Amino acid sequence: MKIQNRKYIIKGGRVIDPLQGIDEKLDILIDGDKIEALGHFEKKEGEFVDVRNLVVCPGFIDMHTHLREPGREDEETIETGTKAAAKGGFTAVASMANTEPIIDNSGMIRFIKEKAERDGAVEVYPIGAVTKGQKGEELSEMFDMAKAGCCAFSDDGNPICSSYMMRKALEYSKIVDKTIIAHEEDLFLSKDGEMNEDFNSTKLGLKGIPTISESIMVARDIAILGFIGGNLHIAHLSTKQSLDMVRKAKKNRLSITAEVTPHHLSLVSSCLATYDTNLKMKPPLRTKEDVKALKMGLRDGTIDCIATDHAPHALFEKEMEFGSAPFGIIGLETALGIVCTELIQTGILSLKELIEKMSVNPARILGIEERTLKKGKDANITIFDPNKEWKVDVNNFVSKSTNSPYDGWKLKGYPVMTIVKGKIVYREGEFQQ
Amino acid sequence: MMINGKDLLGIEELSKKEIEVILKTADSMKEISERKIKKVPYLRGKTVVNLFFESSTRTLASFALAEKRLSADSFNLSSSSSSVLKGETLLDTVRNLEAMKIDFVVIRHPMPGAPHFVAKRIKASVINAGDGTHEHPTQALLDLMSLKQKLGTIAGKKVIIIGDILHSRVARSNIWGLKKMGAEVSVCGPPTLIPYKMEDMGIKVFYNLNEALADKDVIYVLRIQKERQEGGLLPSLREYIKIYGITPERLKNAKKDVVIMHPGPINRGIELDPRIADGKHSIILNQVTNGVAVRMAILYLLSGGEGDEDSK
Repeated sequence: MKIQNRKYIIKGGRVIDPLQGIDEKLDILIDGDKIEALGHFEKKEGEFVDVRNLVVCPGFIDMHTHLREPGREDEETIETGTKAAAKGGFTAVASMANTEPIIDNSGMIRFIKEKAERDGAVEVYPIGAVTKGQKGEELSEMFDMAKAGCCAFSDDGNPICSSYMMRKALEYSKIVDKTIIAHEEDLFLSKDGEMNEDFNSTKLGLKGIPTISESIMVARDIAILGFIGGNLHIAHLSTKQSLDMVRKAKKNRLSITAEVTPHHLSLVSSCLATYDTNLKMKPPLRTKEDVKALKMGLRDGTIDCIATDHAPHALFEKEMEFGSAPFGIIGLETALGIVCTELIQTGILSLKELIEKMSVNPARILGIEERTLKKGKDANITIFDPNKEWKVDVNNFVSKSTNSPYDGWKLKGYPVMTIVKGKIVYREGEFQQ
Repeated sequence: MMINGKDLLGIEELSKKEIEVILKTADSMKEISERKIKKVPYLRGKTVVNLFFESSTRTLASFALAEKRLSADSFNLSSSSSSVLKGETLLDTVRNLEAMKIDFVVIRHPMPGAPHFVAKRIKASVINAGDGTHEHPTQALLDLMSLKQKLGTIAGKKVIIIGDILHSRVARSNIWGLKKMGAEVSVCGPPTLIPYKMEDMGIKVFYNLNEALADKDVIYVLRIQKERQEGGLLPSLREYIKIYGITPERLKNAKKDVVIMHPGPINRGIELDPRIADGKHSIILNQVTNGVAVRMAILYLLSGGEGDEDSK
């Protein structure tokens, strides 16, 4: 399937564009890399791409992806990670800074951008480190990185332990009006913990990570935010207690946002009875009550977006006894299936709300071009079938890693086509070069 | 009847019926160790490797003797003498052993779930000889056997486990086992050494020893794992002994015929006063004797042997 002409028409899909308040059967005329018009078009105006019975919406953005390049190209590269993103329905990813070396200066930001320009199947928005070397000691050159194209700052992988440093980061980031993305974890409390501290950790003899190791840091950072200002985004929020605090902070009109991962919406700590290392992650899988609260948090708007925290790890590192395996799972290729199954099929979110949380809101938080299908905008479009059932098979993943606990799961919700700047980069199993 | 599955990984997964079959089979195995010629051919031609990643006296010796008395060919591998020191992974270690056609892996490992990890990846039967702070199923089985011998029945008896519950695989396995056999179980120890939501296992939790002892039939004393007490779990051993040490004075609050158990190794004078350890209440060495019989029973049953059913 190769489009020959500059102009083509996404024909007959259900177009949902939250920013324009559109939800109807429409065609989209694409000219080159831009959206030309929405309406009803004839064949003479351009080649048809038939998307009947599919949902057509502004392109999804995964605002929490670990691409592992540079440093661990055996686990993932910009090329394979962005391919996995395209296959998962994402037209862009924000890449985390904890590579080897750390992305903590403008040269590294440029490296990621240039590499992505050349190898990337989708757009890559690099996130820069908050502190030099992510050591939590000195601020990185945020201004310089922002100028080079960095979209936000994060020491993700690690918390910013010092309250002083978090204060300075929120303060200094005002120079560029960018968001600090916080991995909230009190390392004194999580210590050498391996899973959520609850009855299951007691039963399994695994060391516990208490929910308070997250919520204490969320409370701290909300206090700092209230005191000094700036923009704070809570990465991979996982507990009911943290959620309640974010809800309250939003009521108090603080500039705070939050994301949740698909795995924290679909798995719980009792799943760890198998000691499957693909269930080992940070924050750890919590309890049923937390999952229920997180879903309600998505519904009432406390949680702004869904992000994968795609964290590839080599098979030999995960094929270990539980205590020796690293934290993290991949998620780009299963995210849409999980969220449609958990949120759409169950009626917790409408399709419009889901699209806001996977496209509109991430763009707003990252301060990149707004995600809408208006004339003149970049044609970044995700096309998916929210009802199609499919079976996850890690052997079919295009990611370099297979550390997914969802192998063999049946999911409802299937990414069909991904269009990046007018180019159909992925369509039903096939990539276009 | 046989026990289900190819492995013995924990007591949690066993049914009451399976435990009864193991105990009954162990009863008949016990006599073999009393014979002049302590050997039967049940496991002739079977190969067993005792893979120990943690130090052990009782469990390793007990398994080794059980294997020999059943005529199995067995050998020991420890982390300090194997290629683990060269960085070989657990997975490679067991796959290599499997390539040499072994029938059983008896594994002790400092990490919870290590035996489960191995069991899923090799065809040989895996026996958990202690996985970190998770389970120690053969210990619980030998404890149940010893208690049954001493008290006739376990159902309805009141058992208290005392000490460092947090780090104890023995406590976890025993709680499952005792509960399945109908005992009433409680634990007692410093709050920092009792894991979160412990009472959800269906037991009572005490912090104060004197109030807990009065009506108990059995006091199961755990070893204070000195190597695991860093990081503010205990202010001092001195204070621990004052509150939780089992001494003759303290036993005055207990039933006259109370039974004292301990999984070994004992820290004499810390969790257990030597006068109690060696006194009339103690069945500590019976536990050790029964350990061989229980392990013989497990090896026999997992190799496909027909177990004994309760004839009653």
